[in-house]
Amino acid sequence: MSEANTLEIRHLRTVFHTRKGDLAAVNDVSLTVPKGKIVGIVGESGCGKSMTAMSVMQLVRKPGEIESGQILFRGEDLLQKTPGEMQKIRGDRISMIFQEPMTSLNPVYTVGHQVEEALRIHEHLSKEELHRRAVEIFEAVGIPEAEERLKSYPHQLSGGLRQRVMIGMAMICKPDLLIADEPTTALDVTIEAQILALMKKLRDENGTSILLITHNMGVVAKMCDFVYVMYAGRVMEQAEVFELFRNVQHPYTAGLLQSIPRIDHVVDRLYTIPGVVPNLLHLPAGCGFCTRCRYAQDRCYEELPELREIAPGHFIRCFSTNQELSGKEESHA
Amino acid sequence: MSDLKHFRPDTAFGGKNEKRDLTSSAKKAQDPDAKLSAKDKKRIQLAADLGEAETGWDKFKILCSENKLAAASAVIILVIALMAIFAPVVAPYDPTKQDLLHRLEGMSAAHIFGTDQLGRDVFSRMIYGARVSLVIGLLPTFLSLALGTVLGLISGYLGKAADFVIMRLADITMAFPSLLLAMVVMYTLGAGIVNIFLALTFVSWAGTARVIRSQTLSLREMEYIEAARSMGVSKWRIMFQHILPNCLPNLIVLFTLNIPGSILSESSLSFLGIGAQPPMTSWGLMVSDGKQYLFTDPVVAIAPGVAILILALAFNFLGDGVRDVLDPYLNKQ
Amino acid sequence: MAKKIINRVLVSIPVLIGVIFIIYVMLNIIPGNPIEVMMAEHARQDVIDRISAYYGLDKPVWEQFLIYMKNLLHGDLGVSYKLNRSVNSLIADAFPYTLKLAIAAAIVSWLIGIPAGILSAIHENTIVDRLFMGFSLLGVSMPVFWAALIFQYIFAYRLAWVPVSGADTWQSYILPAIVLGWSSAGTIARLTRSNLLEVLEEDYIRTAWAKGLSQAGVILHHAFKNALLPVITMMAIQVASLLSGAVITETVFAIPGIGRLAVDAITNRDMPLLQGTVIFTTILIIAGNLIADILYSVIDPRIREK
Repeated sequence: MSEANTLEIRHLRTVFHTRKGDLAAVNDVSLTVPKGKIVGIVGESGCGKSMTAMSVMQLVRKPGEIESGQILFRGEDLLQKTPGEMQKIRGDRISMIFQEPMTSLNPVYTVGHQVEEALRIHEHLSKEELHRRAVEIFEAVGIPEAEERLKSYPHQLSGGLRQRVMIGMAMICKPDLLIADEPTTALDVTIEAQILALMKKLRDENGTSILLITHNMGVVAKMCDFVYVMYAGRVMEQAEVFELFRNVQHPYTAGLLQSIPRIDHVVDRLYTIPGVVPNLLHLPAGCGFCTRCRYAQDRCYEELPELREIAPGHFIRCFSTNQELSGKEESHA
Repeated sequence: MSDLKHFRPDTAFGGKNEKRDLTSSAKKAQDPDAKLSAKDKKRIQLAADLGEAETGWDKFKILCSENKLAAASAVIILVIALMAIFAPVVAPYDPTKQDLLHRLEGMSAAHIFGTDQLGRDVFSRMIYGARVSLVIGLLPTFLSLALGTVLGLISGYLGKAADFVIMRLADITMAFPSLLLAMVVMYTLGAGIVNIFLALTFVSWAGTARVIRSQTLSLREMEYIEAARSMGVSKWRIMFQHILPNCLPNLIVLFTLNIPGSILSESSLSFLGIGAQPPMTSWGLMVSDGKQYLFTDPVVAIAPGVAILILALAFNFLGDGVRDVLDPYLNKQ
Repeated sequence: MAKKIINRVLVSIPVLIGVIFIIYVMLNIIPGNPIEVMMAEHARQDVIDRISAYYGLDKPVWEQFLIYMKNLLHGDLGVSYKLNRSVNSLIADAFPYTLKLAIAAAIVSWLIGIPAGILSAIHENTIVDRLFMGFSLLGVSMPVFWAALIFQYIFAYRLAWVPVSGADTWQSYILPAIVLGWSSAGTIARLTRSNLLEVLEEDYIRTAWAKGLSQAGVILHHAFKNALLPVITMMAIQVASLLSGAVITETVFAIPGIGRLAVDAITNRDMPLLQGTVIFTTILIIAGNLIADILYSVIDPRIREK
């Protein structure tokens, strides 16, 4: 086990027990977050990316349950920890920020109280020391007039400021891993850029590893070192970020990329992947994407492709590569 | 199942409000990442099952199996109602026949709840007393609901002065302690069963009026109401033919849940001697008569009280069940 | 904030006047001279006339109302026909008993209702939940007078732990407080449960878990304060139900409080006394609602600011 990796998830499977059977929200997912790196998980809503994050925090709610796998955090399996040990890790060594800064802060307490609380749970400090650290972290996350702002209630702050508060709260114990679940989805584009820059800055200063969950390929390109593309609970493609953008090989990832608007490419209509995310209860026996894949063959419906390495560090879960497929299509045409 | 522990956050986390609206559940249904609580799933499933059911009998069977407590309560209410209706047949003795040689005899095979201070059979008197409790439970509740509905519709639909006057009256009515207000009405009108109807109606119309008013306010803005208005349908017709039917599920729930309150109020008034008057028998009156002999012959006072408790409890359970069933429909609007 | 409170107080005034007016009308539309009714056929006409003049009953009804309102403005509730004492002093004597009973009952209802609601919510849809909710519903469905009699029989008569009735020692209040408290504990438990379940769904609860708070920390610190807001409103409404319930409890346990006074007033057809007790209780209830509103806005910073 190398200390070089902050987080290693191995064959994680998280299921929801429903009346009509079990539904695997996370299915045999393995991923690695190296120390000080930003790793992205992309996919449409419902692909299991948030559930992967919640599994790491062990905040999966009933009727969900982590069924099998390992979650190695700095070499130790979190799934073997007692609830008490896990509680000490949450917020201290691993912290998390969420999509909705509007509703993720408790409306009846001042933000200062909530930020100090995050510190107080894990470190025994005097009142003055708590306050000093809160001011410090507010300044670090770029909140002006920190002293004054600490006394504000969440509803008195803008969305961007609230997300800064959330980040401050998550970073105040200087965690090894920050999980950011769609941190900028609810924000304006300009604010989004600021928040992303802030996260990068904090990573550079503290060496924090970040697991960034998003549906936005643009954010991935800006932020990540490594990317995992998830679909219907499984990893479909994984690679280092430049490799992925230069050399997309899974048809699903290709679809995701085509659906971002580009300045250099004038099109009449933006591409959308046809169909919708399938119901996890009625997944096809084969590849989860086959119902929406324009290259799907009979084999894809019957047999699940394994993740295979097609270039150093670049894995895809598909029988063919995109090059082969698009080549084939051209020859057909 | 897995070898993993059940973590405490899971249990504390998986809750849902009883009155949760289904719109948010429906939003969640599109996104498996956002989990549904067990209760929501159950409701969605129930709604689907009900939709599939072909006959009313099938629907009834589904509802009964869904909430066994409510079904059992319905049976209990039915049994009590049948006993009350066929009291002359069911009751072993004439409830007014005195037998001074056998006063205050405890429980025996001949008199299962013994005899009262005048030697009358307590069980027979209870069967006749059920008539009062049931009529009091249903009639004033219905009357107050009718009054509240009419005033609520007028207040909500006509607005302006009518709204102001009705709502201030509702404020005033609701400011009174209900039992004291009922006592004042009984003081003015004199004791007696018809006056109880009036007193209880007068005390409890305001709650219904407020509910119906707020529903009318939102329905008034609906397109089909606008359409009816533009076609020149009279306002009374709109209120009673278009808006009222939409309030029906709400009214049914209010009706069932208000019944126990009426039953308890009547028994309290009768217990205080300003409700039902002899020779009429009422459960509250029986407890009042029996209380002098509490320490020597407790059954005389306790048995009719148990009857009140069972009837009120049955209506409460039934009301909860009805609300659970109608809630998804209520929220669909 | 101060402006909001003043506003809220001003809004209560018309309600108060309406309440007084309605009670006055209801109690004075009874045909016939109340003195005549009270004294029945025993009295001579000239005696009745003299007493009527003494109470101002010879004046027209609207004039009587104005006089009553004028006196009320000075805090004077009139004179009891039966006891020939001022209603004020009768209420002043009785109120401490009712207050003690109501406070004790309120404490009982919170001690039972709030923990029961929390435990039910935490263990939603388990046997614990069902037991607590069944117990609460039992309290709601139970006739207060009957429960009072049963408790008297078991704890005062059979076990002889506490006095059967009266208000001489603090032990006399135990049974009435439990009986009265339990009946409103059910409502509090159900409300606490449903609010807590709703709040536990909120995003900030997820944040609290993610911070590393314990279950107790999440529920007591983050969920409870938010879930409590509607429960506070409930507590104000509870003032009404406790005062109503006190009528019965005081009667059964022979506590000489306001409720007993009202029941006696009805039995004796003592109109001014009944009028006085009802108006007094209603003022308490309106004040209770007012306090709840103010408390609500003190606790919730979002409302505080508006």
